[in-house]
Parts: sequence; C-alpha cells; structure tokens
Amino acid sequence: MTEILDGLRLSRLGDDDLELLLLVRHFELKLLELYGRGDLNGTTHTCLGQEYVPVALRPLLGEGDHVFSNHRGHGHYLSRFRDPHGLLAEIMGREGAVCGGVGGSQHIHRDRYLSTGVQGESMPVAAGVALHLKRAEPGAIACVYIGDGTWGEGAVYEALNLAALWRLPLLVVVENNGIAQSTPTTSQMAGTVAGRAAAFGIRHHLVVSTDVNDIRLSLEPLVAEVREGRPLVVEFVTHRLGPHSKGDDVRPAGAVQAARDNDWYGRYAHDHPEQFHRLDGMVKAQVQGIADEVAARPLSRREESCA
Amino acid sequence: MRVAENLNAALHGLLDDDPTAYMLGEDILDPYGGAFKVTKGLSTRFPGRVIGTPISEGALTGVAAGLALTGNTAVAEIMFGDFVALAFDQLCNFASKSVSMYGRRLPLRMVVRCPTGGGRGYGPTHSQSLQKHFVGMPGLSLYEMSPFHDNRAVFASMLERGEPCVFFEDKVLYTRQMDLVDPLFQVSGDDDLAVVELHDADDYPDCVIIAPGGMAHRALAAMRSLLVEQEISCRLLVPSRLYPLDVEKLMPFLGDVVLVAEESTAGGTWGSEVAHLLHDRLWDRLRRPVRLVHSRAEVIPTAAHLESQVLVGESTIHHAVREALRG
Repeated sequence: MTEILDGLRLSRLGDDDLELLLLVRHFELKLLELYGRGDLNGTTHTCLGQEYVPVALRPLLGEGDHVFSNHRGHGHYLSRFRDPHGLLAEIMGREGAVCGGVGGSQHIHRDRYLSTGVQGESMPVAAGVALHLKRAEPGAIACVYIGDGTWGEGAVYEALNLAALWRLPLLVVVENNGIAQSTPTTSQMAGTVAGRAAAFGIRHHLVVSTDVNDIRLSLEPLVAEVREGRPLVVEFVTHRLGPHSKGDDVRPAGAVQAARDNDWYGRYAHDHPEQFHRLDGMVKAQVQGIADEVAARPLSRREESCA
Repeated sequence: MRVAENLNAALHGLLDDDPTAYMLGEDILDPYGGAFKVTKGLSTRFPGRVIGTPISEGALTGVAAGLALTGNTAVAEIMFGDFVALAFDQLCNFASKSVSMYGRRLPLRMVVRCPTGGGRGYGPTHSQSLQKHFVGMPGLSLYEMSPFHDNRAVFASMLERGEPCVFFEDKVLYTRQMDLVDPLFQVSGDDDLAVVELHDADDYPDCVIIAPGGMAHRALAAMRSLLVEQEISCRLLVPSRLYPLDVEKLMPFLGDVVLVAEESTAGGTWGSEVAHLLHDRLWDRLRRPVRLVHSRAEVIPTAAHLESQVLVGESTIHHAVREALRG
C-alpha cells in the first residue's frame, strides 16, 4: 500500500486546512516534548499521523452536531474549536483549562463535544443523543470517534443494534490505525469492521486515502444520508506514528517505518513545498508561543460544585 | 393502594407533567407492561416516550444518559436489579462521573430503576440486593422504594438532584399496601425520613432500627413480636435516600442501641457505611457498636426453605435486637 500511496499526489489544500493539520501535528509533538521534560502530569495519547481524519470531517459537521471523542482526542477537539490554549491548559492544569483541569487529556466537554476515557462507552450515549436529535432537532447527527481496538467492547454492538433498529442519525468514525495500544489489530479482531457493520445492516464506507479533499468529496453525500436517519460506519485505514501514550512503542521498526511512509506530513511537504514551508514554521512557532504562555499561567481551579 | 400502583401512578404523573421525560426498558410496553407490571399503561398514553429496548442493559442505560445529556429526563428500568451489573460501566464511569469530571456541574436528570431482592424464589441471579456495590460513587445517589414514601415525591427528589440516581425497589413491596401498618404503630416523618413507632412512644425506645424500605415490613413484624413477647420497644427509621445518607436527619431519633437491617448479603454492606457514620457522631452515647443485620454471605437459593435460611427475615431482626440489648 505504501508504494501505491507514494505514487499518489496529495491535492492542494486551502491554507486554513493546512494550518489546522499543522496545528494538530505541532501540538502533539509539543506534548511529547513536554512529557519528556517532565512538565506534564499523568499521561497522554497523541494522534500523530491521524490528524487528517477530523480535519477532513470538519466542514461536514455543523455546530448542531454532537461529537463524541475518545482517549486519543486532541485532533478531534482542535478540529472542532481551534482552541489549543484551552486544551493545553486542560492538560497542564492551568487557568483557562476547558474543564478546569479535572478531565485532562481524555475527558473533555464543551458545548456539543464530549470525550471519555473508557473504550466503547460513548457509543450507547451517542445513540441516546442521536435519538434526541432525531426527534427534537431533525437533521443534526451524533458523530462518535472510535478505534479498531474499541470493537472488542460489547457496548459497540449494543449501540449499533439500536442505531439500525431505531434509524438513528449516528455517524461512527473508526480510526483503524492497525494497533490497539500494543496489540496488532490482526491479533485482536476476527473478521472485519465492514463485516460487523454489515451484520447490523449498517452501511460501511472504507477510506484509505489521506487526501483531505478526496475524503470530503466521498463522505459528503454519505453524511447527508446520516442526517436522514441512516447510520453509517466510516472506517479510515490510518497510521499511528507515535507511541500509544509516551515511550511505550514496541512495534518492530518496519511497522513504524510503514506508518512514516504513509504520513501526510512528509508527503504534503514533498507535493506542495512552497505552501508547506511557508506555514509549517509559522504554526510550529505559534505552538511554541502557546506552550510558553500557558505554562506561565496560574494553576487551574475547578468549580465548587465539582469538588 | 398497592405500592406497585403508587409507583405506576408516579411514572404516569412524571411523563404527564414533563414533556421531556422518557421511560426505557425491556418488555415495558403494553400490553405486557413490564415484568412486574410497573410500567402498565405508559406506552399506550405516551407512545413516543416509552421505549422498549433490546436486552441490552448497558446500552439502555447509556441511551438514558444520552437523553439526560441533551436536557431530557430519563427513567430506565432494569428488569431484575441483578442485571444492573451490566450497566455498571455506564453508571460508574460515565453518568455519575459526567456530573463533575468536566470541571463544572453538568446536571443529568436520570433514574435507573432496579427491582431488587429475594423472597420470591427467583434464585441466585434474580434475587440480589446490590445497593452496596454503588455506595460511595461521587455523583450517584441511591434511593430505595418504601411503603411510607409516595413515589411521586421520591421521583421529584431524585430528579431535583440533577445527578444520576439508582432507585432500588424491593420486589416484595409491589403487592403491599402503601402506608399501612399494624394498629400498634404510627407513621410520621417527611419525604426524606419515615419514623414508625408505638403510639405515644417514649422519647427513648429500647432500640432504634434503621432499615431501607424493602426491609420495613420485616422490621415492623419483629418490632411487634418484641413488644408482645418481650416488652421491648423499638423505633423504625426508613430513609428514602440511602446514599449519600442524611445522617443529621437521623440524629434526633437515635438512642443508645442502634441496629441497621438490610437484605444485602454480608460484607461491605450499606449498613456498615451507616454504622461508620453513626460511630463518628455517637460513639460516646452508644451502649455498644451499631449492630448490623444482613443476609448470610451466600448465594440466594431458589427453594423456599433454603432461601429463607439465607435472607434476613423477621426472626433475624428479632434475635438481633434481643442480643443487642443483652450486650
């Protein structure tokens, strides 16, 4: 597949899209750097290599749509709100944190965006939200990001059953990066995501491209159908460049290299060098500035009612 | 009025008054109306908001949370409370956490109803009292149905809290009458705490029994036999909310001998939590530590003669009170 992708040129993006992609990339790299220096508490899960998924979906989801994210959700949040300050403050426990520093990297709630740290748990909740939307705000959808590993959870199947049965406006976005923490998908999943969706009579759409424009074009009519009450599973074949959390990558060098070969970052730099280099350094510097500014803030405070 | 009818009327009232209220569960639709007939008539009157679900306790609890998250009121029925184990993740890691883990209060109007307890020969996996497994979860309140608490008021209290609640309904109560006690006793108290004692009772009875609603009739039967046979006077306190327990509310009614009776099997019980709260406040006043009465640390058998050996009955409480007073 690497060879096929190498032969494909990524189409040119608007500066806005490229800046967002780069923002997520440099944000995640910055986090790993901060962790490496011992500046952050706890753990984090970066979406390095997968940034294009939420960026591609961004214009397809409106403010009225609910988004459910997971443990690897920084890209989802940044694509929705472009709020690196609030997210970094949340992760660092500083003033201006989206959730007062209580939730941290994997428990974020803002407007119609919510992430949780337990695999599969958000699927039935999203089904409930979709049920509400179908009745109270027809045309709006609930979008849930899950991974390939999430398909080990029974909650996924209970929710898919409800989604099909009740014709819910539920969009399930599967970021299949081929590895669940340290376990290759081939060692943890029998059959396929497509086969599992088919078992419920739910449409499945496979995305192998990393070309944001192509992805949008192919998904636009499908997402429109979700709004009519036809649930959909979109499976992105993607690549996790970094470790599961930090310093815990036990993959063979070849697997990591394959992920790097597929990385949109290097490929886009190759295909559109002028635009890429114009923006890349700028965004990197912005993220550096944000990190410095947020780190200097006072510690976050949570509301009394949450103590 | 039977307790099940009172509960059914409470649910009708809730759906009637609150246009955002939903009821979800397995086999709750008419004409079946739920395994214990508690939801009878609801789906006929409110067809769009009473939703029969597949056998998916985790998912139906998650759906209830999703409805609550979007501003609705959601009541979920778990057919047998034992099956709430399948919804533990949704309650422990999602619904209760969501109230406060996002840094600001996120109100969720959500009740999970759990028909609970034994005494009906349903066997080990359909007879348990699982209250203790939910004690101590921030953002989750536990209530128990009682013959002395109007269910409409209890539901109003639960929903007012703006956090997920689990409502335990002892199955043996469904066919009992509301507010009916032996003529020896009178019931007083309020929406939170029912106090049952002898007419013209002394300020200080020999023993105070604290029990959730499902244990009330067995406690009252024991109180009757203790009085008639032993001239021992007891006062029964039945709190509507088990957790967090409003212990200050109990304080004026307590004496120097206190017993907590519940149907849970032994080990890590609600009663031990209550005892701890009381020891902190009452240690100097108590004649002896709070006495705990609970079922044996065994599975609950199906055969009636075996089941009654394991579960707390009237005689268990009777003997425990006598021992407590001897000590």
